[in-house]
Amino acid sequence: MSPLDHGLSLDHVTVEYDGVPAVRDVSLELPDAAVLAVLGPSGSGKSTLLRAVAGLEPAAGTISWDGRSLAGVPTHRRGFALMFQDGQLFGHLTVARNVGYPLKLRKVRGSAASSRIEELLALVGLEGYADRLPGTLSGGERQRVALARALAVEPKLLLLDEPLSALDAGLRERLAGDLARILRESGTTALMVTHDQEEAFAVADRLAVMRAGHLVQEGETADVWARPADAETALFLGYARVLTGAAARRVLDAARAGTQRAGTQVAGGEAAPVVAVRRSALVVDDAGVLTGRVLSATVTPDQVRLKVDVSGIGELDAVAGPHRHPGAGDDVRLRIDVARIAPVPGRDVPDQ
Amino acid sequence: MRFAAPTDPTPGFFRPLRITLAATAAGLALASCSVIGGGGEDDSGSDAAASGSPESAGGKVVLVTHGSFNLGEDLIADFERETGYELVVQAAGDGGTLTNKLALTAGDPPGDVALGVDNTFASRALEEGVFAEYTPAQRPDGVAAYDLPGDDGSHLTPVDTGNVCVNLDTAWFTDQGLPRPSTLDDLTDPAYRDLFVTPGAATSSPGMAFLLATIAEYGEDGWQDYWTDLLDNGAKLVDGWEDAYYTDFTQGGGNGQRPIVLSYDSSPAFTIGKDGSSTTEALLDTCFAQVEYAGVLDGAENEEGARALVDFLLTDEVQAALPDLMYVYPVSDTVDLPKAWAEHAPRAEDPHTLDPAEIEDNRETWLREWSDLTTR
Amino acid sequence: MRRTAGLVALAALPVAVLSVFFVLPVSGMVARGFWPEGTFDPGQVLDVLGRPRTHRVLWFTLWTSTAATAIAVLFGLPAAYALHRLAFPLRGLVRALLLVPFVLPTVVVGVAFRELLGEGGPLGFLGWDGTPAAILAGLVFFNTAVVIRTVGATWESLDPRPAEAAAALGAGPWTVFRTVTLPALRPAVVSAASVVFLFCATAFGVVLTLGGVRYASVETEIYLLTTNLFDLSAAAALSLLQLLVVTLLLALSARLRATPDGAVARGVSRPRPLFPRRAARRPGPPAYGDVLAALSTLLLLLLVAAPIVTLIVGSLQRSGGGGWTLDNYQALGGTGEHDALLAPAIDALVTSLRTAVDATWMALLLGGLVALVVTRRSHSRSERRIRGVLDGFFMLPLGVSAVTLGFGFLITLGPLRSSPLLVPIAQALVALPLVVRTLVPVLGGIDDRQRQAAASLGAGPLRTALVVDLPIVWKPLLAAAGFCFAVSLGEFGATSFLARAEEPTLPVVIFQLIGHPGAMNYQMALAASVVLAAATTVVMLLVERLRVPSAGAM
Repeated sequence: MSPLDHGLSLDHVTVEYDGVPAVRDVSLELPDAAVLAVLGPSGSGKSTLLRAVAGLEPAAGTISWDGRSLAGVPTHRRGFALMFQDGQLFGHLTVARNVGYPLKLRKVRGSAASSRIEELLALVGLEGYADRLPGTLSGGERQRVALARALAVEPKLLLLDEPLSALDAGLRERLAGDLARILRESGTTALMVTHDQEEAFAVADRLAVMRAGHLVQEGETADVWARPADAETALFLGYARVLTGAAARRVLDAARAGTQRAGTQVAGGEAAPVVAVRRSALVVDDAGVLTGRVLSATVTPDQVRLKVDVSGIGELDAVAGPHRHPGAGDDVRLRIDVARIAPVPGRDVPDQ
Repeated sequence: MRFAAPTDPTPGFFRPLRITLAATAAGLALASCSVIGGGGEDDSGSDAAASGSPESAGGKVVLVTHGSFNLGEDLIADFERETGYELVVQAAGDGGTLTNKLALTAGDPPGDVALGVDNTFASRALEEGVFAEYTPAQRPDGVAAYDLPGDDGSHLTPVDTGNVCVNLDTAWFTDQGLPRPSTLDDLTDPAYRDLFVTPGAATSSPGMAFLLATIAEYGEDGWQDYWTDLLDNGAKLVDGWEDAYYTDFTQGGGNGQRPIVLSYDSSPAFTIGKDGSSTTEALLDTCFAQVEYAGVLDGAENEEGARALVDFLLTDEVQAALPDLMYVYPVSDTVDLPKAWAEHAPRAEDPHTLDPAEIEDNRETWLREWSDLTTR
Repeated sequence: MRRTAGLVALAALPVAVLSVFFVLPVSGMVARGFWPEGTFDPGQVLDVLGRPRTHRVLWFTLWTSTAATAIAVLFGLPAAYALHRLAFPLRGLVRALLLVPFVLPTVVVGVAFRELLGEGGPLGFLGWDGTPAAILAGLVFFNTAVVIRTVGATWESLDPRPAEAAAALGAGPWTVFRTVTLPALRPAVVSAASVVFLFCATAFGVVLTLGGVRYASVETEIYLLTTNLFDLSAAAALSLLQLLVVTLLLALSARLRATPDGAVARGVSRPRPLFPRRAARRPGPPAYGDVLAALSTLLLLLLVAAPIVTLIVGSLQRSGGGGWTLDNYQALGGTGEHDALLAPAIDALVTSLRTAVDATWMALLLGGLVALVVTRRSHSRSERRIRGVLDGFFMLPLGVSAVTLGFGFLITLGPLRSSPLLVPIAQALVALPLVVRTLVPVLGGIDDRQRQAAASLGAGPLRTALVVDLPIVWKPLLAAAGFCFAVSLGEFGATSFLARAEEPTLPVVIFQLIGHPGAMNYQMALAASVVLAAATTVVMLLVERLRVPSAGAM
């Protein structure tokens, strides 16, 4: 594989700690201006991969940028920027001086520097915070400053290590949107590692899934989402259950029944004996082809979440619209939302 | 690899067994090692005295002295056996420290007897009322010659004497074919440039004695010029006697480079070469006489014991042992000098002296002038 | 106000001890200066402050202490990095060896230095003997260990990620060090520098021995004024000057030590191998900084080793020259040539060890209490201020003349002054700041909510301390114990003044041996010094095994 002319290429990259490989033989490409999220559970080697790209870990294999190998180029000469989970702002410097830090390194001074700092603070929505010390900021504000600092010198590649994980749920959602917008607006190429699939979906246009040091799947976010490489990946991507054999067949049949009526296709249906279903894949619908008995129901503002004993399949999650109130013991009919199931290549049935 | 998580120094929440073990070990260590806890088996007698042990029925006698004091175990045991007192020695600092210690605590002394106030400091101690009157009933022949002028033995009892003299490495001068110097004047002779080392007057009592020798020789107005010449001729000043002798003197055992050093007239007795003769020599015209006194402290808790100790210091037993123990000459004429001393360390017959009262009056002025001359 | 009552109760013992054994004696001596003849006469004291000689002495003290502190920091920083961030063989041993100078008696080091620097010594060509250069070398020799341990402990636990973030933003290694690492190390560097400055400013033996008595510092001047000139007014003036400078310094260092955001991020980084097993896989060129730090540490090791090797070689020489021998060590079982000693040197070692045990538990008890008081969360500004003052208060004994303190003991302590406990108490006062500085960062790092959680579960204050604090603190506590032990083993100034003649400690014995004629005594003194250094090394190696990051950190 020849490296990309524009962007990041990883060719058979392996990183070891004391002889134990943390990243095994990973090959990956990230074209210019794309945002790639590396998704994986903790310990999957994703942060190590990021550190290797940054030049903070010695790696075997080739890491190259714009077709040129980065071997022998120290971290500070790579022209990248790195943003950590908790920002790692310099506690002894004000917000403005934190953001101005990389500018100063590149000899950008005076009014050029101060107007750039202002611009960056505006970009991340922190006008007027210039003279604050990091210790006085909230977690979200700190991450915004860290982002502004990382973007200050228009890095060739922005490396984000769990940039939003330390924040609470609401803030995380909001910042994820902001982050996606800011990256698009500035046209920044970015590599983000995260264990949170929602964060990945919100920010990235490409997705790579890592497990136990291996890269198990990589592609457009929507593709990866729709076609998980294997059952374990499916579960990690947020699918609630992976069904096999007769149960899978029954779900696929029901889905096909629905699509015929709706006029859409169920991809890969015939060949796949394995299917992953999300929690909201089964919808209470009097026109549905599946039947089952409600085991429990939980009301949320948007919908009612159910556990249903589906005949021929077993216990599955399902949802009902807020205007319906099926209770435990009620018999219901269910249809399949085809956008919420994914066929899984069958060779790789998880044994865990 | 995550760097975020700080290591938790305590894998378990609480480890009772380990803590118990550690506490036990610490307890044992404390009990067996501490000064308080372990006083039992090896104590020097002070605790025994407090508990009324038979051999110290007379109680404690506390001797306050300087850091060079050394009577030896045998003599101390003899004293305790003969008198029934237990001897406790508080030894610290030099003669100046000792004198000041006594002066500061006059009337409420930290002990019963003081030994080691010399003729350069004695006037101050007397002036401060440190000592109680006491003259031993039996004073051996020769002691009176060392009485402090003005006190004449009423408070202070001479115990030992010594002369601070310039010493030479005789072999060095023979090897170099250089005639040996013999007087203070010679030390400023360019022929002896960079050859002399002496401890400073402000930090060393032999150093002070040497300054007094030069004052005695050249007079109150002449010694400053002498010192200027001496320093111009490359004389080296060091902190203490041990510095000068061991580090800078060619016969000191180290890699010293200077064959002329300030030491004592007894020093040649300690540098006997393989052929049985001394490799060093004291210049007897350069000496200053030091006499050390003992006295009962005013306000002593155990005045009887204090007197017994002063008496004991004048016995032949102690007087004869002084040369070997403290490198000083006895004040008593009734004891013989050790053989090596008699052969190799002849005493200065006519050392320089100054009136103690004059020393007391001028010490500050002289030391200040000397310090200004020598320090930068 | 139960909180206040508890605070006062905890602080009461250490404050009482420091008041009786430090404030009382020092003010006693100073009072003698102000009331020379029993009547108040401050004129003489003020007069002394105007003397040109006083200014000269003060200036000399300030510049030598500042220069020595700067050099010690300059040497100590790379060594702290190399010894705490790099991995190489025998690292623990090197760390322990570099601490040895800290506890060697000045007399002996003076002799060893002069053997090296003296006119006939291997380094005699430098012409340093009797010059300020030799004084500086001696001060650096004694004090670099303080910088290494203090800064090294912080460096070891420094979160590496801000530095990595800076590197990723384009900062080269030197820029990262200057703009990220150094500011994070600042509290530790300031702490170390202020302690070193105090040690330097109150150095006594080094200035006299290596400066050839041609130079006077405040400390030597106080000694001269007190013991030879009996000018207590002048001594009091200088003692006050000393206190003033020390207080200013402590205030300044407290200010410099404070980080803007209060908490320095802590993390754990693995030491990086100095000699990687597989070459050329690390991104970038070989780390020149690492090599430089290693070389600088090697140089420091040589500087420290040279006088120590001189000691060892001397201790193995037959007296009067000629041949190698172990006689000097065997002689330690006796009382020296011509009975130079009252007790065999080996007994002195035992006395030293026993005294060290006492000094250690005293320092730990007092230091532990002080650390507890200082680190409890403050509820008001004034409470925080009181804690800050307490913190500085216990540093004071480091900065005040031993002569003043020693004579102060005599005139103010009455019957206590002849107690055998005075020696360990005085040593504990010297070790106290080290204990406090070791424990405060650790206790301060404990999340107060853990204590609150324990309390809410029904644990009383004692049980809370046992369950929450002790498990975290017991290792640093042991490490501090090792440090105290070593300090006590080496303490000479106060000990020589207070020790009873029949029970001298080893440093006192070394002084006695070296002060008596007889070549064998000199050789024995060297052997005893080697034994003392070895005992220290063993203690420090044991502390190393505990692997406590903040051991000895000030």
